Amino acid sequence: MAVTAPAPVILVTGDEELLADRAVSAVVAAARAVDPATETQDLVGGKVEPGEITKLASPSLFGDRLVIVIRSAQDLVKDVVAEALAYAARPAEDIVLVFVHPGGVKGKALVEGVKKAGAQVVTVTKLTKPGERLDFIKSEVKRAGRTIAPDAAQALLDAVGSDLRELAAACSQLVFDTPTDKKGIDVTAVARYHRGRAEVSGFTVADAAVEGRLAVALEQLRWAMSTGVAPVLLVSALAGGLRSLAKVGGAPRNLRGGQLASHLGMPPWKIDRVKRQLNGWGPEGLSQALQAIATADEQVKGGGADPGYALEHAVQVIVASRTGR
Amino acid sequence: MGVFDDLVGQEPAAALLARAAAAGADFLAGGRGAGMTHAWLFTGPPGSGRGAAAKAFAAALLCPDGGCGHCDVCHQVAIGSHPDLEAVRPQGLSYGVKQTRELILRAAGAPTLGRWHVVLFEDADRATEAAANALLKAIEEPPPKTVWLLCSPSPDDMVTTIRSRCRLITLRTPPTAAVAHELATRDAVPPDVAEFAARAAQGHLGRARRLALDEEVRRRRDAVLSIPMSLSGVGECITAAERLVKTAEEEAASATAALNETETTELRKAYGEGSSGKGLNKGLVRGGAGALKELEDRQKSRATRVKRDSLDGALLDLAAFYRDVLAVQFGAGVELANEDRRADLDRLAGATSTEATLVRINAIMKCRERLAANVNPQIAVEAMTLALRAG
Repeated sequence: MAVTAPAPVILVTGDEELLADRAVSAVVAAARAVDPATETQDLVGGKVEPGEITKLASPSLFGDRLVIVIRSAQDLVKDVVAEALAYAARPAEDIVLVFVHPGGVKGKALVEGVKKAGAQVVTVTKLTKPGERLDFIKSEVKRAGRTIAPDAAQALLDAVGSDLRELAAACSQLVFDTPTDKKGIDVTAVARYHRGRAEVSGFTVADAAVEGRLAVALEQLRWAMSTGVAPVLLVSALAGGLRSLAKVGGAPRNLRGGQLASHLGMPPWKIDRVKRQLNGWGPEGLSQALQAIATADEQVKGGGADPGYALEHAVQVIVASRTGR
Repeated sequence: MGVFDDLVGQEPAAALLARAAAAGADFLAGGRGAGMTHAWLFTGPPGSGRGAAAKAFAAALLCPDGGCGHCDVCHQVAIGSHPDLEAVRPQGLSYGVKQTRELILRAAGAPTLGRWHVVLFEDADRATEAAANALLKAIEEPPPKTVWLLCSPSPDDMVTTIRSRCRLITLRTPPTAAVAHELATRDAVPPDVAEFAARAAQGHLGRARRLALDEEVRRRRDAVLSIPMSLSGVGECITAAERLVKTAEEEAASATAALNETETTELRKAYGEGSSGKGLNKGLVRGGAGALKELEDRQKSRATRVKRDSLDGALLDLAAFYRDVLAVQFGAGVELANEDRRADLDRLAGATSTEATLVRINAIMKCRERLAANVNPQIAVEAMTLALRAG
């Protein structure tokens, strides 16, 4: 197997810690692939003394290979930065020097100097879009030589939340615990260990309810209440959902697009969604559902014994009112 | 008798109160004083002048001439500066037990000028349950010369134990003619406008006066009364509810904003803001932040109450409208509050059944109950407009 030695100076920059750790381990692994006897030196930026890098990076008499990792490189003092840059300009042959920098303004001189010296740059930024997190889950599972169905990945994401470390841990556990006789990880496998949602808002409940998905709405409602969403907020989310149905449904037929949006005081994307949700709703049903909301609000505010019951009943009435009349 | 002349359309009650004041004078002169008692409960529909009646009675008790209406004492009572008159008017949503205990302590003192010590408690129904119980003790064992005058819309608004210890004065809704006459003579309102305002306010003198004098109030009433005819679809119901709630909010904001600001500035000044001198030019002195927070809470409670009252006024206008529809449907020969909307009334009366009208009136009353129970106003009013549409 042909192995390529890692570049002599590497800069890992970005704020996603898990991915930064991964990048460092990849470098170490690559160095070990060339020479299994490679040693590593883990240093923390703030504690590196002047002269230390030079001492560590001096060529060994026996030709030992060494990977030096400097974490929190933004904390390096000025003298050490100068020393590091001087080394980066003329790196030693058997040494790999890795800087881990979280991005940002602090220690910018090092980042720019190292880049100028021709170091290899690995960028690890936080994932912000749900799609990226789904890709992350897929690649995690793939790394372990397995595959995961798209709906299973979505279920896992919903249940665990958005922290990458937790996601990675959940993936590795799933891979470990799912029998190897079936290659793919499906929804049932995910459901065995992970259930529910880490984050549920009233709007999720409201959307499920007005779309007539009773089971989903009730389940989400229970999750929302057990994760501490106030009953009053849930009522107002339900009321908001139904209210926009009534508004969009009652808008003049001749208005379109931007005109409609400004007439209703709603953003266009929301109008589009509400229009889809309107399917199955008629004036009588809407009227009945909104009455149920008023009753629920009264009960949640002390008129009834149990806010949970009041909300569940309201959700049931909403779904039952979706008769098209 | 001077002070009782200002009570509009309350002749029977006025005669009774005048006799009681005379009996009180008799008691003070050392007689038996039969017909006078230490606790009175003034009840009557909103606008019947409970507060005015109680105040007139207070003047009659305190004035050496039994309420002449032109002596110093009568004037002091009228403007609220008489030392023996303690007037209480809850501003917030409720009147707490702490405030009540303070009131009772003040009420226990002997009168400064020797006649009576009068406590005039308007909107006594705002007292919380605990406050009412504290009040009960004071009413049960009264100091010899203290007189309690409580006001509430109906006797049922007070707990039974208080009710049974008070003598009840029941005021009636003043007749339209009396209200119109009052407006025409006292506020110089043209007769036709006075007639309209008196009818539309259904005997509520204060409201009739506002309707007659303020263009904005008339406009708002028109907006409310156009709601029944506009509820053609669910969307319209939602829009109407939104508008109703928003108007109430604006009204509350405009009513309280100026007042809040002066109060806050006064308090800040009292706590040393803007004053100079050693150790004083550093903003509020110690305790100022807490007092400011307390004031803000009070202001918030007042704003909520004004908003609710304004919404309630609109709902009562609506209820009166449907009451008129019902009257037309039954062919009852009563005076219609909304004579000016005769065409709408006739149309609705012909198009719907009496049962539907009653259901609608019920929906309005239900909405009032919900608002009192702190239901989100928009949700409550939406439920109502939808019910009005469905019938």
